[in-house]
Amino acid sequence: RWFLMKKYYNGIYTGLYSVLCMQSHIVGHNAVLYNKPFVESFEETPLLVAVLTYMGYGILTLFGYLRDFLRHWKIEKCRVASERDEQKDFVPLYQDFENFYTRNLYMRIRDNWNRPICSVPGAKMDVVERVTHDYNWTFEHTGTVLKNVINMGSYNYLGFAENTGPCADSAAEATVKYGVGVSGTRHEIGNLDKHEELEKLVARFLGVESSMAFGMGFATNSMNIPSLAGKGCLTLSDELNHASLVLGARLSGSTIRVFKHNNMQSLEKLLRDAIVHGQPRTHRPWKKIVILVEGIYSMEGSIVRLPEVIALKKKYKAYLYLDEAHSIGALGPRGRGVVDYFGVDPHDVDIMMGTFTKSFGASGGYIGGKKELIDYLRTHSHSAIYATSMSPPVAQQIITSMKCIMGEDGTTLGQERLRQLSENTTYFRRRLHEMGFIIYGNENSPVVPLMLYMPAKIGAFGREMLKRNIGIVVVGFPATPIIESRARFCVSAAHTKDMLDTALNAISEVGDLLQLKYSRRTRLSDDEEADHLSYLVSYED
Amino acid sequence: TGSFVLPGAHGVQSASSASSTKMASGQQWVLVEMVQAFYEAPAYHLILEGILILWIIRLLFSKTYKLQERSDLTEKEKEELIEEWQPEPLVPTVSKDHPSLNYDVVSGPPSHKIIVNGKECINFASFNFLGLLDNERVKQKALASLKKYGVGTCGPRGFYGTFDVHLELEERLAKFMRTEEAIIYSYGFATIASAIPAYSKRGDIIFVDEAACFSIQKGLQASRSLIKYFKHNDMEDLERLLKEQELEDQKNPRKARVTRKFIVVEGLYMNTSDLCPLPELVKLKYKYKVRIFMEESMSFGVLGEHGRGVTEHFGVSIDDIDLISANMENAVASIGGFCCGRSFVIDHQRLSGQGYCFSASLPPMLAAAAIEALNIMEEDPGIFTILRGRSIFTPSLKVVGEVFAPALHLQLEQSTGSRESDIRTLRGVIDYCLERQIALTQARYLDKEERFLPPPSIRVVVTVEQTEEDIEKASSCIREAAISVHQRSQDRSLVTDTASNRQPFS
Repeated sequence: RWFLMKKYYNGIYTGLYSVLCMQSHIVGHNAVLYNKPFVESFEETPLLVAVLTYMGYGILTLFGYLRDFLRHWKIEKCRVASERDEQKDFVPLYQDFENFYTRNLYMRIRDNWNRPICSVPGAKMDVVERVTHDYNWTFEHTGTVLKNVINMGSYNYLGFAENTGPCADSAAEATVKYGVGVSGTRHEIGNLDKHEELEKLVARFLGVESSMAFGMGFATNSMNIPSLAGKGCLTLSDELNHASLVLGARLSGSTIRVFKHNNMQSLEKLLRDAIVHGQPRTHRPWKKIVILVEGIYSMEGSIVRLPEVIALKKKYKAYLYLDEAHSIGALGPRGRGVVDYFGVDPHDVDIMMGTFTKSFGASGGYIGGKKELIDYLRTHSHSAIYATSMSPPVAQQIITSMKCIMGEDGTTLGQERLRQLSENTTYFRRRLHEMGFIIYGNENSPVVPLMLYMPAKIGAFGREMLKRNIGIVVVGFPATPIIESRARFCVSAAHTKDMLDTALNAISEVGDLLQLKYSRRTRLSDDEEADHLSYLVSYED
Repeated sequence: TGSFVLPGAHGVQSASSASSTKMASGQQWVLVEMVQAFYEAPAYHLILEGILILWIIRLLFSKTYKLQERSDLTEKEKEELIEEWQPEPLVPTVSKDHPSLNYDVVSGPPSHKIIVNGKECINFASFNFLGLLDNERVKQKALASLKKYGVGTCGPRGFYGTFDVHLELEERLAKFMRTEEAIIYSYGFATIASAIPAYSKRGDIIFVDEAACFSIQKGLQASRSLIKYFKHNDMEDLERLLKEQELEDQKNPRKARVTRKFIVVEGLYMNTSDLCPLPELVKLKYKYKVRIFMEESMSFGVLGEHGRGVTEHFGVSIDDIDLISANMENAVASIGGFCCGRSFVIDHQRLSGQGYCFSASLPPMLAAAAIEALNIMEEDPGIFTILRGRSIFTPSLKVVGEVFAPALHLQLEQSTGSRESDIRTLRGVIDYCLERQIALTQARYLDKEERFLPPPSIRVVVTVEQTEEDIEKASSCIREAAISVHQRSQDRSLVTDTASNRQPFS
């Protein structure tokens, strides 16, 4: 019951502790494994900022208790929906403190999320204007639409979120031919020729023997990991893995151990210990060890150290499950994800997983790999047997966009999108860095987190940016560590330089207004920086 | 062996700093008193204390960590262990003729007329109950939406993945079901599987019907709650469990005050095609103060005068059910699922439903199709009456389920000996019918993963689009197939004695 609260307070305590004994350490690396510099930075949180952030949370928590007290004695009006009178004597569905955070912190800045839009989620979008008359408890639509808001929030990396052009046209054809639903599972007359076509194409795109597509990205993880690992197996999971991977690992019944984010020493230690000591208590050897990593981490903007992970997995005979939800299409000279980015052999990754939601502007997910793996999934995947198969127009959207990336549509449009995305990413990241913001992650990652730290700035940044007609995403606890609230931008190939400049100017303006330019590294000249960072990452926390 | 726990550095510091003020004031006095006490103490006392001090010193310095010593491996030994370890293969090999490895390929839409493996058949397999899958109006709405929004949403609901269409669909679903609020998911399976763990956590108790479908089972597993299965539709068994729990609660009232209790049932069971006894469940709910979650994927858009499902069928107030979930992939013939109920319950999922928060939202064109499907359902409630009137009559196979259920299970009257041979026999029936242009399918399960594996069956789906002749043809076709298969199996049964197969739900 206390879990969330405990997590919240633990967050505060461990955070405080790490501030008090702040250390910087540089992690050595196997430079030979990389074919290009691997530059990733996580600039340390300035001490003053950290202390102020904790004070901010402290004040918010105190006020939360005060207001809960007032609500309890009916001095303040309680707007939380209440139980039916008939069920008042049931065990409460929620413990009072369970929603403390939601009620007292999230509610203050709730208007920054779930903003409804009414257009294509492309480079520009139309946002439905909302107002609240009761401090974010309810929203009303004013009837006006904020037109042409620059969209820095959607995962539209290659700009395939379009309502015109070859993708939309082919999806429309598929709708006319097939309708939108399937009303059956893959096993029960729900296996359309479209699905088979899609799977063959995906396998070719990834450079693997075979592949299988699923109707939902989240479920691709949560419903397939249980077919791959089970009791007596060990899953090693990065601490920042997505909820779907965590859920999948949990549903599998295997033992889960967590290694530090992208930290190869931590991973290697877990691997060694696991093999040397075997299973807990019985000391039987593990049946198999599966490493779960993501290509790009969506909240950090970091890229997995894939060459090193592959070296480790080979050395310790573990299996590698790579989730390319954000990296497929968005990384690599040919858009084939992290595997392409590092130039490693796709056969070295045992399970290639990814989603179609982001770069392909569709929805669903896939798993690619050896034929035996996919055959096994075809017969044992929860998704294939119990879940309705993918909608035909969605499958068609993926086919068309993927062919475009591969250049099989006879144009170089896909290639141009890839180049544009990479250019936009470099430009956007460089400018933010120059302005003096602390931004996290890899220099080539189109996911760009900008650190806000203080809880009040989450709301202020989101609102100020929307005022300037720019839609961005802000995130705080529990999606991030309690102190590291941030804004996140997703760069798209569809962004023009003008749009990026407009966005950058607005960010700079709001950054000055809210004093967000925390970085102390700005003055570093480019040469100096290159000296420091080639093949190395400085982790400072 | 004694183990010695060192207090953490924090502990020492805070303890000493807290007591330091007290000490400063009284320190001198204490010291004087101590020396005085030392002089006054009898000799045996001093000796005893001396021995105790020596004992403590001995304990402190004696080697007591033998356990650790034993497990200390040298680096070389570790390397050897690592070298020796051989993992199991990632997946076991699947034989080439595994019954479900080679899917039937459908070219074109799986609507009334369906092309299975190149052969045009009448569809008795897809859950397209109301025939909305290739409905022209639905298609037009989907196309219009595609023109406006494109296909994907490129984000979860929280991050610009909420479209006005989603809000409209949620509102329409709530209105259709006459509830306060509805929430949509982008995948039917994930709906109930996310909803259950949003409320029920470790330490809570869920009472669930044995026949519950797989997505419910996954939801139960994700919740990590205590699961108590009651016999399928057996209210006495459920009441027995509830009474047991009541006694348990009386023993430990403090724990009982925070232990949430839920009953999870299906409206019309996917695996058995029969109804849950909802009125009795509601009585038990109030008697034992347990909440009811009901999964209605097979009954939403099917049962009740207006297609509102089992609550309408029984005339039970929908407010008495705490949460209703259904997918929009069967009757509605789109993609996704929804939960509905009171805002007090449903709204919680917007932050706690994993499949809602962490997944890309439903493509707007699919939401638009669902809205149009709801329009059609509201305009013409007659279709529900037509649908319920349809039924398949096949005397040579055992029909499992309610007459008005749109998807019935046909099982073998008598098992042919093993599950595998039963499945093969049923496949024989399906192939026979496919030859004669009737598309059927077996109900598929993951044999090892199901909590209670239902017996093998053919699932026959009736829809409003099928004509009397279609149904007549299918019935006679299945009958013929069953007779010929029955004959063959009888011949075979002379050789292998028919061992009765465990059939938990029959």
